[in-house]
Amino acid sequence: MKTPLHKLNWLNAFKEAAIAGAVTFTLFSVLLGINIYQNSNNDTMIRLRPALLVGFSLFAAALRFCIILKQSLQLQVPAHKKIGWFEKVEPHLQPILVGLMAFFPIIMLGLLGGQASTKWIDNYGIVIMIYIMLGWGLNIVVGLAGLLDLGYVAFYAIGSYTYALLAQHYGFSFWMALPVAGVMAALWGIMLGFPVLRLRGDYLAVVTMAFGEIIRAVAVNWRELTGGGAGINVPKITFFGLPFNANEDGFAAYFGLEFMPIHRSIFLYYVIFTLAIITAIITIKLKKLPIGRAWEALREDEIACRSLGINTRNTKLTAFAIGAMFGGLAGAFFGARQGFLTPESFSFEESVLILATVVFGGMGSLTGVVLASIALFGGMEILREFSFVEQLIGIDPNRLRMLIVGLGMVLMMLWKPRGLISTRTPTVFLKQKKSISGNLVKEGHG
Amino acid sequence: MQNWQSDPVLCVEHLTMRFGGLTAVKSLSFDVGRGDITALIGPNGAGKTTVFNCITGFYKPTEGRIGLRHGIIDFDIGKQAATQSSSYVTHSAGGAVYLLERMPDHLIAKQAKVARTFQNIRLFAGMTLIENLMVAQHNALMLASNFTFGGLLGFKTYTTAERAAKEKAAFWLEKIDLLDRADMPAGDLPYGAQRRLEIARAMCTDPVLLCLDEPAAGLNPRESADLNTLLRSIRSDHGTSILLIEHDMSVVMEVSDHVVVLDYGIKISDGTPDFVKSDPKVIAAYLGVDDDELEGAESEVSA
Amino acid sequence: MAEFVQYLINGITLGSIYGLIAVGYTMVFGIIGMVNFAHGEVFMIGAVTALIIYVAVTSFMGTTAGAVFIALMLCLVAAILLTSLLNLIIEKVAYRPLRGSFRLAPLISALGMSYALKNFVNVFQYEYGSNKSVPSILTGHVSIITDANGFEAVLNYKNILIMIVTAIMLGIFWYLVQKTPLGRAQRSCEQDRKMASLLGVDVNRTIAITFAIGAALAAVAGVLYLVFYSSISYNDGTIPGLKAFTAAVLGGIGSLPGAVLGGLLIGLIEIMWSGYVSSDYKDVAVFSVLIIVLIIMPQGILGKPEVEKV
Repeated sequence: MKTPLHKLNWLNAFKEAAIAGAVTFTLFSVLLGINIYQNSNNDTMIRLRPALLVGFSLFAAALRFCIILKQSLQLQVPAHKKIGWFEKVEPHLQPILVGLMAFFPIIMLGLLGGQASTKWIDNYGIVIMIYIMLGWGLNIVVGLAGLLDLGYVAFYAIGSYTYALLAQHYGFSFWMALPVAGVMAALWGIMLGFPVLRLRGDYLAVVTMAFGEIIRAVAVNWRELTGGGAGINVPKITFFGLPFNANEDGFAAYFGLEFMPIHRSIFLYYVIFTLAIITAIITIKLKKLPIGRAWEALREDEIACRSLGINTRNTKLTAFAIGAMFGGLAGAFFGARQGFLTPESFSFEESVLILATVVFGGMGSLTGVVLASIALFGGMEILREFSFVEQLIGIDPNRLRMLIVGLGMVLMMLWKPRGLISTRTPTVFLKQKKSISGNLVKEGHG
Repeated sequence: MQNWQSDPVLCVEHLTMRFGGLTAVKSLSFDVGRGDITALIGPNGAGKTTVFNCITGFYKPTEGRIGLRHGIIDFDIGKQAATQSSSYVTHSAGGAVYLLERMPDHLIAKQAKVARTFQNIRLFAGMTLIENLMVAQHNALMLASNFTFGGLLGFKTYTTAERAAKEKAAFWLEKIDLLDRADMPAGDLPYGAQRRLEIARAMCTDPVLLCLDEPAAGLNPRESADLNTLLRSIRSDHGTSILLIEHDMSVVMEVSDHVVVLDYGIKISDGTPDFVKSDPKVIAAYLGVDDDELEGAESEVSA
Repeated sequence: MAEFVQYLINGITLGSIYGLIAVGYTMVFGIIGMVNFAHGEVFMIGAVTALIIYVAVTSFMGTTAGAVFIALMLCLVAAILLTSLLNLIIEKVAYRPLRGSFRLAPLISALGMSYALKNFVNVFQYEYGSNKSVPSILTGHVSIITDANGFEAVLNYKNILIMIVTAIMLGIFWYLVQKTPLGRAQRSCEQDRKMASLLGVDVNRTIAITFAIGAALAAVAGVLYLVFYSSISYNDGTIPGLKAFTAAVLGGIGSLPGAVLGGLLIGLIEIMWSGYVSSDYKDVAVFSVLIIVLIIMPQGILGKPEVEKV
């Protein structure tokens, strides 16, 4: 049924827009309208920014106007049970994405040659792959088990520092330290999760957030162990013992190649690619096992799970620990790639960014995490490449990133709380497999 | 002697539950006979659901003992032994006695084998029917998957167990007449079907005692009749004893072997449906008359 | 001895600020059962607003005692009004549509809002560095005790100001929630929102007012925080916010006197730990308290244990 657009709606829209503009003007009169800054003599200066304030208010008014108009225009479509176009495209997207991830360095090499592609493989490919792996790890905790973990970066940090310290004190190589890092992170996950997971969900979010801050504070302050803010050196990754350098015992010399920094980048890319793919395969397999089904059931209704004899605490704990383990593995890789660790890399912001990949992509959806990671990290990095963007808006786009991420999370919850890809595929079927709309996949109470 | 006296499966003794100053259930004692359908009835706020929550471990009772018997062990000796031990269970050659008030909720379902449904249906709405029934077989499947490790490596024991679990789920779907909807999300089912699915899900845990919280609420007469058939079949074909809370007197009087009546947390009547139906105290509780008016009310009802 | 007295004074001062913030957390949690992650940022915005107003006023009127007084009053009024308005809008836009959505939605929305606010302030006010400061406000002090080692415990005027303002604000607040119909509406919504609305309580309005009051108290805390530390960064919402949440949990979430008591305890723990053990690990100490409290007594000191509805 179509509602006719009569005069009253216009009037109403104008009125609402005027109110929104006025409210915005008042709200930001101080925060935007007056700016305090230090000049070159370190004097505190004041300047008024009326243009910015008025611009913002007009923008808010225009936005409100559009929303009201859209509401009055909107057809009465039952939103329930609708499967979006994105979810329809998703199955076809999967092989393309896996192919792209698998051949990314080769494609880049072919397109740009050995010199120019190093940056792309290193800054984009590897960074995005790290976040994909972290997103997939966190996806088990948040997406499948429905536990909000805001301190995921702590396990990433534990993995990194485990490798760094084992290498420094006991001469462990990356490959020896990797499993230890995973186990360490999982153990810490169990230690933290065991007492806390019996509490209601919101507390878990805050406690994990506090835990993340504790780990970071320890990394900053325990200078004897972690080097504090000055950082700690981590041995760089080797090709199973062959270092990536120009020496005679190096990788290039051994294989009779000319030394190029890109060898190391490509190798690193495939290491993290393999780790991420292992994460994905294990996740897919776990989803179809009783434990995975119990995670999803737990997300749906915890009380029903208990009535069916499921030990909810242990079930949550396994999700929490497995998620932490993947975080630890990614952390060890991060250490090996950086060659140098500081606590800066493990701020709360990182946890939020990783969570954002899960929230945007679709909770429980592996493809969604990949798309969100590419958009969040690739897109933002590319934005920085173009200096005209900065000239256009007057602000370094990199500083806008977290503002956009924050607003994006709010908008996503309002628009599609289950994320871009919100359908889930049943883990077992009798006759035919059909996707389930995200509107039904709710997270129960309790 | 009645069945619940000679062969009880559940024995509730002096159960008391207080919330702050409010006493929801006061020194309640009753038995549930093996293979019986026992109805727990009473006006709104009589404490029926509280009793259920105590039996299934969602509440820890303030006082009292709840014994559950598996097999042919002597109940009194078993309860005595379990009470004196530090554990919640005594085993003997013929069976076991569990003290439910000592057990956490998930162990009551897993070990004592008490399953339940909820007044406000708690299905996994975003999961398919078959998935719902697979989750119910979690503990058996966990064991078969060697706590995930065997399953991850694709061991044969797990694949066999999973196939068996699917067959069991299909059996129950057939039984509740929802087999053709097996791959639909549970949240899409109509209300009556959701109630049936919840019962099937509880049955997939192979319970000794099945507790149903108002299974007929919101059902139309035809669905209600189907429910009676289902309950009778569960009792006769699966040897599961049933304890149910119900408001629908047609269900209660038709299917139950034994009725316990609660009012304000106190048991006011206990016996066969016929006995309870003519008990003046029950009539008073339901119609809300004073004691001296009882005689008159009774004659009115029977007339 | 003098050292201890000094720590006690500072601890209570800092604790008052945490207590004011904690009331907001505990009220919102009580009424809609949600951890408002953006509350720390609302506090920070109160402080930044106060800083801007303070600098603006003192640059025109100088830093005489009278000017500082007027500046502080204006700071309080502006911070209270603007942050209340802000929280009202946040509630309407980001939380209200999500009531009845899935469990994590409001939490994630609040987290997103917290990041949006923090970075909004960063982008538009902190272009040249992450900290803004003002010259010390209210510098005088009275000496209380001097011990044998020559250590002198002093009571700064600003500590007195902070304690007095906190007491006044909590008094007004106490009156509002105990003696007015608003308080009754709030308590009825806490008990049973559906029933309250059936009985004619405007639930949306009550929740909105709760957010506004929480923001007003956080704004006052922001002004006092600025007075206490003389500087504020856009990052200052997160950690004090988390500490105030710890205070709310320690006092018993949902309990208003508990929030104040928890705030004082957390302030004391932080200052005592910095003084006697290590200032490096003061945050670790407070966050460990959070984890320990949740493990051994999740209902807090004055809270009621939760009865689960099955």
